Amino acid sequence: MIRLETRAVTLAIGNRVLCRDLSIQFRAGENWAILGANGSGKTTLLHTLAGLRLPDTGSVLLDGMELRAWPARQRALRIGLLFQDYPLAFPTTALDLVLTGRHPHLGRWAFEGEDDIGRAREALAQVALESFDDRLLSTLSGGERRRVEIAALLAQDAPIGLWDEPTNHLDLRYRTQVLRQLCARRSRPGHLNLFVLHDVNIAWQLCDRALLLLPDGSTLAGPASEIITSHILEQVYGCDFRELTNGNEHYYVPR
Amino acid sequence: MRRRVILLTLLLLAPVSMLFAVAIGSVAIEPATLWRVLQGTATGVPHTLVVELRLPRAIVAFVVGGMLALAGSLLQVLLRNPLADPYVIGVSGGAAVAALLAVLAGASAAGMSAAAFAGALGSMLLVFTLSRSGPGGTHRLLLTGVVLAAGWGACISLLLVVAPAMQVQGMLFWLLGDLSNARYAGVGFAVLVLGFVAALALARALNVLARGEGPAAALGENPARLRAIVYVLASLLTAAAVTLAGSIGFVGLIVPHLLRLLGLADHRYLLPAATLLGGSLLVIADTLARSIVSPIQLPVGIVTALLGVPVFLFLLARGAHRMGGA
Repeated sequence: MIRLETRAVTLAIGNRVLCRDLSIQFRAGENWAILGANGSGKTTLLHTLAGLRLPDTGSVLLDGMELRAWPARQRALRIGLLFQDYPLAFPTTALDLVLTGRHPHLGRWAFEGEDDIGRAREALAQVALESFDDRLLSTLSGGERRRVEIAALLAQDAPIGLWDEPTNHLDLRYRTQVLRQLCARRSRPGHLNLFVLHDVNIAWQLCDRALLLLPDGSTLAGPASEIITSHILEQVYGCDFRELTNGNEHYYVPR
Repeated sequence: MRRRVILLTLLLLAPVSMLFAVAIGSVAIEPATLWRVLQGTATGVPHTLVVELRLPRAIVAFVVGGMLALAGSLLQVLLRNPLADPYVIGVSGGAAVAALLAVLAGASAAGMSAAAFAGALGSMLLVFTLSRSGPGGTHRLLLTGVVLAAGWGACISLLLVVAPAMQVQGMLFWLLGDLSNARYAGVGFAVLVLGFVAALALARALNVLARGEGPAAALGENPARLRAIVYVLASLLTAAAVTLAGSIGFVGLIVPHLLRLLGLADHRYLLPAATLLGGSLLVIADTLARSIVSPIQLPVGIVTALLGVPVFLFLLARGAHRMGGA
């Protein structure tokens, strides 16, 4: 089932074209890795897919309908977006922040019910922050804060998850553990994930598909195990890679 | 739990501050006499003092304090800046310039109020029109307001310099905040209630907006529209407060800040709490203003600033680390 689709999408910032003529379909049950060098347009693409900005040309479709034609609230029930970072302006507790994820599910005057609070607590437990309900975000480490933000997305419970560098600030254990957990969402009906990642090895291990943004604005998409190769990574990042193999596993290390 | 306790305490503080205001003044009123007045069985001086003078004045003080604290809370989340206050966007400056011009032109008290309101609305429209287009969003709004406020400040100084000496004292009194004009207590109260209900309808959306405009959009809000509504609402509340009582500083800045330091982050609790605390604080400040050096009445703005500066500096020094990254 195709859930999200781009048709001849071009993205530009100022005069610089980041991504040219991208036509791609994201289907239920898929985990995508989006890879590219700094400034290659990964975040811009993710925000476009989330409906926060319009493509410069072309169109984005959600469940077969133009994304911009969807009412914002309905869109938020289907697409969740994890931002790269969230500047903190006011003191907030972990539970209060995670509860903001329930916003699209509630009417104007409604307070979060037991179900919403239960889901928020469950989301915190999923990122191993069970006892953090009343902790102020300012007292958490960068990695813990990142996990609270991920929990807010889990509480939003949108089937299409767009995750911009979800592993930022996470230590080695949680980097894999959290990402595995997010990847597992795809087994639920209608669910899929798009991850912007910098770690090509994690992308290779956990994602079945990859979209690579090249410096000249062209793109490459396909099964992760086929298109992630030393040769292509060199084009993407502009540096040499060494490939290490261990049985069926491949690891890429920049030289 | 904690936030319900805070809200309940503030619900009790409001009537207590009112009792304080009607009992204290150049003529103190004994509790027994006050009880009879409130029951409607007393006549004469106590009745006149309480029912005709002090109570309407206390209501105006509560309304103005509530408006300023509510507007301050709204502007802080709008500008994503815990140090924003209702005067930062130039609305009160516009009101002041128009009010002083009305005084110079020999307008009545009613004419002065009308001019103040018109000036506030004019200033609001000017900031909004100038900052609506182009990039920069929130920062542009803040910068436009701050620069316009500086411009109004210069105009106020100019008017004070060129005004005849006889009129300068009245002008200064208005500029420092004056609650002696209690005629519009009822209208003011209605405006506060309307503004409060409108703000409460936006409260959960404001929780989302506090995370940033991008996250708010991703959670199904329209940040540009929300920002416009919040801006207009905060400006109208400030305009109404300035029209009722001139410029009164620090209530709009300190009250929301204090409540945030106490742990109220959810706007569904913060907005009612700020309205109640702002109202009660101004009632108490005004009672002090008219009784400390009685029979002379100090402009209430002096009292709020004298109380506000040390309290604020203390909070800032003690609580800065809790703002987390801000």
